[in-house]
Amino acid sequence: MKRLIQASWVIARRDFTAVIFSKSFIFFLLGPFFPILIGLAAGGVGSQVAKDINQPVIAIAMAQAEVDALITAHHGLADQLGSGNLPFLAPLAKRDQNEAGIAQLLNQGSGGKNYMGVLSGSLDHPHFTATPTDVARWQGTVGLILQHARDGQAKPARLTLTNIKASDSERNTSRLVTAQLAQMILFLLTMLLAGMVLSNLVEEKTNKIIEILAASVPIDAIFLGKLFAMLGMAFIGISVWFGAGAIAVMMTDVNLPLLATPAVSWPLFFVLAITYFTTAYLLLGSLFLGIGGMASSVREVQTLSMPVTMAQLLFFFLASFTVTKTGEPIELFAVLFPFSSPFAMLARAAQEAALWPHVLALLWQVMWTGLIIRIGARLFRRNVLKSGRMRVKRRSLLARLFKRNHPV
Amino acid sequence: MTVDTSPPTADPSTPALGDLAIDARGLIKNFDDFRAVDGVDLQVRTGSIFGILGPNGAGKTTILRMLLGIIEPDDGQRIILGSENPLKVAQHVGYLPEERGLYPGMKAVEAIAFMGALRGLPLKEGRKRARALMAEHGLGYAMERQIRQLSKGMAQTVQLLGTIVHRPRLIVLDEPFSGLDALNQQKLERMIRAQADAGVTVIFSTHVIAHAERLCEEIAIITGGKVPFHGKVETARDRLRPQVRLETRELDGPWRAALPPGTLPDGHYWHFTLPDIGVEPLLRALIEGDAGILSLSIERPGLHDAFVAIAGEAAAAELVREQDEKIA
Repeated sequence: MKRLIQASWVIARRDFTAVIFSKSFIFFLLGPFFPILIGLAAGGVGSQVAKDINQPVIAIAMAQAEVDALITAHHGLADQLGSGNLPFLAPLAKRDQNEAGIAQLLNQGSGGKNYMGVLSGSLDHPHFTATPTDVARWQGTVGLILQHARDGQAKPARLTLTNIKASDSERNTSRLVTAQLAQMILFLLTMLLAGMVLSNLVEEKTNKIIEILAASVPIDAIFLGKLFAMLGMAFIGISVWFGAGAIAVMMTDVNLPLLATPAVSWPLFFVLAITYFTTAYLLLGSLFLGIGGMASSVREVQTLSMPVTMAQLLFFFLASFTVTKTGEPIELFAVLFPFSSPFAMLARAAQEAALWPHVLALLWQVMWTGLIIRIGARLFRRNVLKSGRMRVKRRSLLARLFKRNHPV
Repeated sequence: MTVDTSPPTADPSTPALGDLAIDARGLIKNFDDFRAVDGVDLQVRTGSIFGILGPNGAGKTTILRMLLGIIEPDDGQRIILGSENPLKVAQHVGYLPEERGLYPGMKAVEAIAFMGALRGLPLKEGRKRARALMAEHGLGYAMERQIRQLSKGMAQTVQLLGTIVHRPRLIVLDEPFSGLDALNQQKLERMIRAQADAGVTVIFSTHVIAHAERLCEEIAIITGGKVPFHGKVETARDRLRPQVRLETRELDGPWRAALPPGTLPDGHYWHFTLPDIGVEPLLRALIEGDAGILSLSIERPGLHDAFVAIAGEAAAAELVREQDEKIA
């Protein structure tokens, strides 16, 4: 065991330094920022479009005193209801307050603005011109503004407030959101990072270094070393990404959505999240390493990438499907099935306070990691290095069966 | 500070290994339906230089890979440095594979130290020894260069130094001379001898008979996955009787009856195998018969002749073809 750990350490150290001191590692670290930037840009454009659609402009064709009263009422209501829920009001120039002007305004717009409708007449006899859809949607809001404009500044009724604790049902629903979000983040990280292990043995096979490695250390140690090197690299990536995210949040003063406190408490939840990321990475990584080890070229690895990603999605879907089914057979299956276990257990940590299942689950996952590495190493020896006694064993087994059935 | 880069001497703290560094019996290896190695026995004495001689595809590399534990034999057993599991004694073994392999992005010093680390040598000590070894072998200027920046010959030397950096007790070299120029081949021969002088066992495979003849005390000739000969080079040569070439002035006479059976005439020359009783009775008959002896030479067969006799003409022809291809 000592020799295995020492050998793994030698392999891991070589791989780790080779990766993090390579130029491509910079691109690896920057990689996730590109979609975020694109997402922010696209989101900005999208939200502007949504704003334009949801907050249309209504032209006001009334006397100036009535326009002022309407705008005052609009401001008052905006404070109470939020400006996003009210249409913009734009006073119409005196010269345009005629039928022809209003028709042209609604058809072609004016001053770069598209007008949804026109409010004309007076406060006592208002007239709202718009399409039937817009009339149906906005007539209530327009009526409210008119009402307030007629009655003066609206004052909200004074309320007596009593805070109560969230009900069990509400708490469970909130924790469900925490569980789902945590699962999603765990899945994204493992999908992004564990798949890289797939091509990890190609370099050794291409450069024929595998002969030297296989003659010096057990194949298990090669697998283990490579896996931990990539895990170390993954942790560096995660630290950089989350660190950059935290700095961005602090600098921009963005309010993050408030999530319900997980059942095991936040500190323990973070510890479990890191631990389950580790086991998820090791489990999927050992599987991918075993599969990738069989590939003889980079092309084969690329071909394998898609089915491997699909498999990851399946494991994630299994775990996320069972989030709301804690304790049910399907959830127990997701917990026991090694590749979905970390995802299912992290969701449990958000919803259930008991800690002993996590101890058992982690032991279970570590055991499976060891088993998968062992199987992967054996397959590698047999299929890639062409080692093993399978043929002879099979023959001797047949011979033994034959002997038993047909004694001489 | 000076670093000792000399080959290791016997370590009194390590248990005695007995006479054999390698003891393999009945090794069999099949690849699908092809039997690559068929019941091979190999015994290599500790501290000796042992050659495995055979044409390409004879099974040399497969035997070495089985001895090292890279692949498991389908049948048979091997004891390496006293252990049935070669990986258990891997830190005492150095291996240079036929297909050389190094990480192209690694610095030369780091590559040697890494190969040492794989065999249990601490990295710091490995770097120290690597620097000393590179300086000793005229590569001091290339220590900090990446492998991809080295010439093929230099990279091969770096790999060879990585094979011995941890001072192994057994060195396994698979076709170590291939790809090296004459000068580097000579250097390698010197290095192998130096290791053996220090008590290190060296086993190497080759298809160049001259290397085996110059270096080895014992050889195994392998062809078609079998070992038709295993023993001292002298014994291999002794398998063939010395050849006699006689030149006479006369072409006929009663003395011809004294020539051994199977004598081949070639003008005034007569070729025959040295008889068990020697040449004295024949010489007497030639003198008495007035044959007129112009010259007489007794030629001892070389390893190549022995190889031809043992492995067969076909294998020998294959060897010659491979050597010609290498030269071309």
